[in-house]
Parts: sequence; structure tokens; C-alpha cells
Amino acid sequence: MKKELIELRVNGRRHEIAVEPSALLLDVLRQELQLTGSKRGCDDSSCGACTLLIDGVAMLSCTVLAASCEGQEITTIEGVSEHGSLAAIQKAYGDWGGAQCGYCTPGFIMTVKSLLAENPDPTEADIRAALSSNLCRCTGYNQMYEAIRSAIAAEREGLAAKQ
Amino acid sequence: MNTDFSIIGKSTAMIDAAEKTTGAGKYTDDISVPGMLVGKVLHSPYPHARIKRIDTTRAEKLEGVVTVAVGEDAPKTYGILPVGHDEYPLALDKVRYVGDNVACVVAVSEAIAEKALELIDVEYEVLPAYFDPEESMKAKRDLIHDNKPNNLEKDYHHVFGDPDKGFAEADEIAEARFIANEVTHAAMEPHSTLASFEIDPHTGKPGRLTVWSSTQVPYYLQHKLSLVLEMPMAQIRVIKPLVGGGFGGKSEVIPLEITAAIAARKAKAPVKITYTREEVFWAHRGRPRTIIDLKTGVKRDGRITAVKARVVQDGGAYCSYGVVTILYSGALLGALYDIPNIQYDGYRVLTNKPACGAMRGHGTVNVRFAFESQLDELAVKISLDPAEIRRRNLLQPPCITVNGLRVQSYGLPECIETTVERSGWRERKGKLPKGRGLGIACSHYVSGAANSIIRSDMPHSTVNLKIDRDGGVVVYTGASEIGQGSDTMTAQIAAEVLGCSLSRVRVIAADTDLTPIDIGSYSSRVTFMAGNATLRAASDVKKKIAAAAAKKMNCAEDDLIFREDHILRRGSTLPDAAGAEEVEVTQAGASVSGRVEGQILRGSLQQKRKEEGPKDWMTFEEAVVAAIDFHGALTGTGSYAPPLEARGGKHKGAGVGPSPAYSYSAQVAEVSVDEETGEVTVHKVWAAHDCGRALNPVSVEGQIIGSVWMGMGQALTEELVWKDGMLMNPGLLEYRSPSSVESPEIEPIIVESIDPEGPFGAKECSEGSLAATIPAIANAIYDAVGVRLHESPFTPERVLAAIRASKNAKALNLTEGIDPTQPTRFREHGGSLWFKGKGPVRHELDPARRDAPAGGAD
Repeated sequence: MKKELIELRVNGRRHEIAVEPSALLLDVLRQELQLTGSKRGCDDSSCGACTLLIDGVAMLSCTVLAASCEGQEITTIEGVSEHGSLAAIQKAYGDWGGAQCGYCTPGFIMTVKSLLAENPDPTEADIRAALSSNLCRCTGYNQMYEAIRSAIAAEREGLAAKQ
Repeated sequence: MNTDFSIIGKSTAMIDAAEKTTGAGKYTDDISVPGMLVGKVLHSPYPHARIKRIDTTRAEKLEGVVTVAVGEDAPKTYGILPVGHDEYPLALDKVRYVGDNVACVVAVSEAIAEKALELIDVEYEVLPAYFDPEESMKAKRDLIHDNKPNNLEKDYHHVFGDPDKGFAEADEIAEARFIANEVTHAAMEPHSTLASFEIDPHTGKPGRLTVWSSTQVPYYLQHKLSLVLEMPMAQIRVIKPLVGGGFGGKSEVIPLEITAAIAARKAKAPVKITYTREEVFWAHRGRPRTIIDLKTGVKRDGRITAVKARVVQDGGAYCSYGVVTILYSGALLGALYDIPNIQYDGYRVLTNKPACGAMRGHGTVNVRFAFESQLDELAVKISLDPAEIRRRNLLQPPCITVNGLRVQSYGLPECIETTVERSGWRERKGKLPKGRGLGIACSHYVSGAANSIIRSDMPHSTVNLKIDRDGGVVVYTGASEIGQGSDTMTAQIAAEVLGCSLSRVRVIAADTDLTPIDIGSYSSRVTFMAGNATLRAASDVKKKIAAAAAKKMNCAEDDLIFREDHILRRGSTLPDAAGAEEVEVTQAGASVSGRVEGQILRGSLQQKRKEEGPKDWMTFEEAVVAAIDFHGALTGTGSYAPPLEARGGKHKGAGVGPSPAYSYSAQVAEVSVDEETGEVTVHKVWAAHDCGRALNPVSVEGQIIGSVWMGMGQALTEELVWKDGMLMNPGLLEYRSPSSVESPEIEPIIVESIDPEGPFGAKECSEGSLAATIPAIANAIYDAVGVRLHESPFTPERVLAAIRASKNAKALNLTEGIDPTQPTRFREHGGSLWFKGKGPVRHELDPARRDAPAGGAD
């Protein structure tokens, strides 16, 4: 298939790239833009390791055509850090053991970001339901809940300090 | 022993946590090198067939295809065990399972490589295949490997003590068959390898090979590459980038890793191969389906008199770790409880399925499920509390068990006590409403094998350490971080010994060119062995610093304390003002070294010292500079080899099972069972684990939770389902790895028994807990609804069948009349590519190949 020129906005930056119409967003990010933070863990959209945000909505980049994302704002794990420092959720995942091998971590963090954007004060059941779109084989999920609760608390403190 | 630690024992984020949470860290598939090509492997469509002819011409003619590698390109066998060299990276004469590796296409893109796979013509002569281990053992012809009569990889027959006498003395005997079905690691990162040759400047020909691979065992990979490619090991560099989980699946060299190098050699360009999830399932090396015929005798007081176990493992088509697995299954009957008489008959059988290998809790898990279930049954028979029967059979360490295992630290009594207490066992056991129950079980595991798989007197771990003028500590270790916290453990131990902050320590790990040899991350050996080597390397350097500091401070070396980036004279404390002064000193140093190097920094510090005269303390940098002036470069090395006393008995197969130390675990699970549907829900698991000493408590807890969770997966949902050698569920959803909604709260409880030989008393914490979870859940199901499950996983179908059988009702066959290849009633196989016709051609005798109209009625 002939490649076509498309324009992608990723993490606030504009990229003009030639892709095959059938190219998946995940492959374009990883191979063309060297944004390898989003991972491929399965063949059939079951693991969630490639989760990223498209216009703020958590999506599986392994099942989205890159060409269909023109004009949309894509946020990958590489765009989560704030001013070169860890965001609260990233720090908390490290401190509370939410990441062991780390392969599923970018996907989980993007899922959590989208959850908290929609619902800043989720219940335990909300968190479990949201995380069920992603799979982890190391942690048994328990320490992720602690990380998420601690990140919510840290965000709140940060907000209070700003006000 | 000094218990006043500043680094260890305190929870800390892993030193590579930011790499992982920002996506900056590189796993193998994230790495690209210029000119890199893509490799794709052609797999066998038949479970057992002779390859008569491979024709790659059509594939090679496709635009974009560079080359096609086949078995003839490297016709050398290898295997992880010296006794099991039975695999070719690419099949030479025969394929032995659906998914076996036949050829590798190298192309400029994945899409072209995939297309080319369809253009390779392979002519097979299909042979009869064996899928059931007990059937396979009867085979007389068409053997899977010609040199293995009866398709028997290996069998062992051990008798310790006098089992017949033991059973004669018993008041109660239980006997049953248990089956644990096959499970796999399903690590989140699929296997990936990138291989690249450099051109030798002297010969002008391809010379050194560099391989990046998702492996737990970079040094074994280097060894196997050298064997198959017939290159000296010195010409091969293996680098282990971040690894996205192993659980044993990456603890041996799978064909992909060597195929990448063969393909790179033939393509004359770097080649990367990354498996799809479906291929990962075929690569497998998981926990074998195990049939356990178990007999246990106890006295009326609960004391075990004898155990007899006959274990048959469905090992798949190649040896892999099989000989070790079948030995662990027998050896680890010992070292948990005091069992005076043991008879063990183990059979590792070959079948035409992907090879089984090592998986978390290697060899012990399935037998432990059977044993702990049967012990529970015996407790009921003699009307003893299930927690109490376990207490009645404790070892009295230090001791050597009847099968030759040396036990020293032994936290099992405390593990039982704390779980019983925390779970409210005494108050709640037997008093929960019907359908809800509590179950208890124990387990243990080795902290590394006392005998390495390649026999030698070489240390199992060596660590080098260097400190330069900048005061930065660099630790070079071959130990493989796979997510368990290996690098963090290394940094913590070095920092604790040297009394410096964690941020000062940099760990360079698992790169065969840079780091000294370490045999890898498996059998839970890293903390114990690489940890001890790190401790020794750091102590070596510490001695050199101490000698110089003692001279400067006019005191004996023994009087120095290394702590918080300072070296103090014993008895003196760091004055509060020192904090301020220290900042001054380091800042002055930093600004000097920022402008000019070396001499001037040293000169200025010496000048400062002279002015102030000897003090009660020095900063770490000052001491390092003094030591470098004194000794020259500051380097140290440390290594670890297990002591002779811990290496086991003399009988055949005695090499597997001995360990310098064992971890212990006791767990209570609370479950409820829906008697209408057979569905089991785990509400909570209390898991106490004796890890010797918790170096990084948050990590230890994470490992305990992860082990229990993985055990729960095997207990309830995870199972590889086979049909005529074809895997029916090669996807993460179909395999049913539990998601967050199915995962219960797990309360980890750390028990510290302080092992006399572990680094700061530490032992393993990443595997031992898994084995107890399955029987704890089985025993809780019994407590809830009064049925004993003898086959794992305890799916609703099996639980319901057991409940109905206990009421003399007819079992329900929920899948009766359903053709798994053309499901009409429910979506049995998810979205697997296999069933969209992309899978290999089926055996012509396969009933699934009959011509049925698509979507037609059954």
C-alpha cells in the first residue's frame, strides 16, 4: 500500500509523517516517532499495555489507525511527566510498588489518568472497574490501589497548596 | 548482629522506577539499530511430523525479503540442561509440536515477512502423535526422540527411611489422585531478541556478535549461542535490557534467541524478532500438567509417619528444565515438615506439545497442592485443627532432612501463628455461614540452588565494585533485573555496607562485556547469592577506605562507623553543625571539580584538612579521596558459592533440592462458593512469608502478593486447554489471567527469621508463597461446601461436578455437543487469530477438518 502524508499531534508536538493507510497508531508511535513507552503485549486488544489518550479518552493504540487520528490530540506516557518531573501518579507507582517489571505500567498510568480526569474521587470499586481494562502479571494489582490513593491525596495537597 | 540499618529494611522505590513509569526505559523490542531487519518464524502445523523438504525459493523472490534461515544453517543441538541437548533452534529433521520452529524469514518489514511465510513450501510426513503422558509412556514406535524409549525423558525412584514401616505405624492413611493442569507464565512482555554482528577490522569479516534479549539468564544465552553458532564465548556479548516479567519463562534459552543470531549471520544485517502473544504461548516452558498419586499416613496425634508419591509430568516435546522439575517435585517433599519416611517415583514424559520448563515455584507447586490438600483431609479424619496438624509436624532446625536437605533458619512456626491470628482463624473457622469457608496451607522454596545446572566449582555470583574520585559507587553485577527488584537490592546492600546514600550508587547489570558472571535470575537465587557477592565486594572496598580514614583520623579501623555519607569514630556523633559544614565542604569540592579536575580537588580538600587537623568524622568523599591517594584505584570484588554442607546427599538426583536456605510461607484463604453455579470467589488471603530479612519491605510485600495472586490464578481460572496438540486458548483473555475485578485483597505478612548465611539474614521472597495458595483455596472450598477438589483449576464446572457428585446427582457437561472449532452457542475462543483461518493447516485426520458448512448446525 502506498504511504500517505498525515499530521499527528502527539504530546503537544506536531509531526508530519508518511504512513500506510493500514498502519496502526501503536506501530507509528513506536517505529516512526520512537515513542516506545506504549507497549505491545498481545495480538487482540486484551492486555491494555498500549493504552494512551486520544482527546483525553483512554484508547488502545493497537486497534486505532494512525491515519484516523489526524486533528486529534494524542497523549502518550511520554507526555505525562510534568516539567521534566514525575507526575504524582508516576511517583506514587514507584513508591508503592505499583510497577514491578514495568511493562504494563504505561498503559495502567494512562488508564488511571483518564479515570481521574472523569472522576477525581473514585471509590475502590470504581478503581477496580477502571483497571480491569488492563492486565498485569506481577503485582496482583493490590499495590496499584495504594499508589492510586496516594496519588489522589498528593494531587489534592498540591491543589490546596496552590490555592 | 548489628540491627541499626540506615538503608536496608526501609521501603524504597526501585532504582529504575522512573524509567518504568515515564516510558523512558527500554525493553528489547524498544531498541532499534541502524539497518535493522525484521525476522518472522514459520511454525509447524503438525504435532509430530518428519520434514521431507523445505523450499524457500518462492519466499526469497518476494521483494523485500532478504533471506530465509532454515535448520541447515545451524545444525547443532542445544538445551538448557547439559543432559538435555535435544533442540535445534530451527527444526532439522522433525517437528515435535504444533508451533515448533521451522524457518525464519528476514525482511525489511513485518508485513512482508508475514507474507513470505505463506510462500515457504514445506513437505511433511505426518507421524502419530502423543498427547497424554500416560499413553505416551506406552509408546513403542514413532518415538518423539529416538534415544528416549517409551517417550520417557527421565524417571527417578527414591526411598528415604522406611516408608512401609511408616505406613504400618500410621493410624490413618489417605490416598488419592490429584491432577494439576498446565499453566504458563504469560509475562506481559513477549519474547524479543535483537542480534547484530560487527565487522572485524583485522579480518574484514563478520566478527563479534551483540545480542539484546528479554532473558533471565544472559550468561546461559551467551553459552548456548557459542555452542550453536560455533563461536567463542569471548566473541559474543549479551545485553539484557529491561525485562517485562519472566516468572521462569525467560529462564532458559528459547529457540527464538538463537534464531535471531542465525538469521543476522545469514542476512548480514541486524535482525530483531519479537514474538506475537500467540507465539509466546507456543514458546511456553510453563508448569507441566502433573498427575500425582499421593499416599500419606499419620498417627492419631497428627504426626506424619510416611509419604508416598508417584508423579507423572506431561513435559511436552523437549527436555527443557524437565529433569530438574521432576527432581524438585520429589526433593521438596522434604524441608517443610518433618517427614521420616518418603517414597518418591517421578516420571518426566515427552508428549507432542510445547515444552514445559521452569515456572515460579519450579517443581514444587503441584505436589504441594496435593500434599496440603491431603494433610487437611487427614486432619479432619483424626479431628484435629488443620492449623494444628501443621504445627505437630514442624522440623527442629538446624537439621538435615531425611532426603539430605540442610535447614537452618525456619520461620514456619511464626508464619502459621501470625496468619492464624490475623485471619481470625480460631474465632471464625467452622462458624462461617454455609457456602463460605477458611482454608490453611503452607509452602516453602529454595533461596537458590546449591548446585548449578552446569557442574563446576565456579562461584554462582560475582560482583565488582568501583569508587572513583567523584565519590560515586558503581556496582557491576551479572544479576538480572526482571522486575523483582534485583538492581535495587544490589544498590541497597552496597549503600548499607559503605554507609552512603542510595543515590550515590549506580548499578551496571547483566551485560556480559561489562559485568562479571552471575548464573541468572531463577530458583530465587538473586538476593541470597548476588546479594552476598555484593556484600563481599562492598566490604572489600570498605576495608580500603577504612584503612585510609583510620590513618587520617588517628584511630583503629575497627573504631570507624560508615553511615549516612560519613565515616565517624565510634562513640562520637555527627554534630548537628556538621550538616551545615558538610554542605559547605561538598559544595566547595563540587565547584572546584567543576572547573578543574582531580589534583586540585584533592589539593583543596587536603588543604582544608591540614587547617582543621584530625576530626571525629570525615565525609564519604573525603574518605574516598584519601583512600585513592593511599591505594590507587578503589575497586573490590566479591563472589558467592554455596557452602559444601548445603549441597545435599549422595543419591542419584541429589543435586536438585538442596539450597543454602529455604523460605517459608503459611496462608489462610477465605472463599465463598455458589452452590448453584459452582463459582468460587476468593475474598481475602492472609499470607505470611519468612524471607529471612526484608531488605526492601515494599518490594517483599509486592513479591508475596504477586505470588499469591498467581497461585490464585492457577487455582481458579488459568489453564492451557489442548485439543489434539493444538492450544485452544492462546490469548490473554482466553487463558483467563485474572483482572483487577477478580483479584482479592491479599494481606502480606513479613516474618523475619534472620538466616545465618543470607546477606543481612535475607532469603528468597518471590516464589515460595505461590504453592500454598492453591491448597489454601482448595481447603477453604472444602470448609465452605464440604467437597474436595482433586483437579486444578477449580473451575465452576469442576466445582459443580464435585458438589453434584457429593449429592449423588448426575454431572452436568456444559460443553456437550459443542464443536470447539465452530462455536454456535458461545464465543469459546475469543478473537484468536488461529480461528480466523490464519493458523496452520490441520492434520488430515483431525476431526475438525471435516467439511462442515460454515455456521451450520451441530
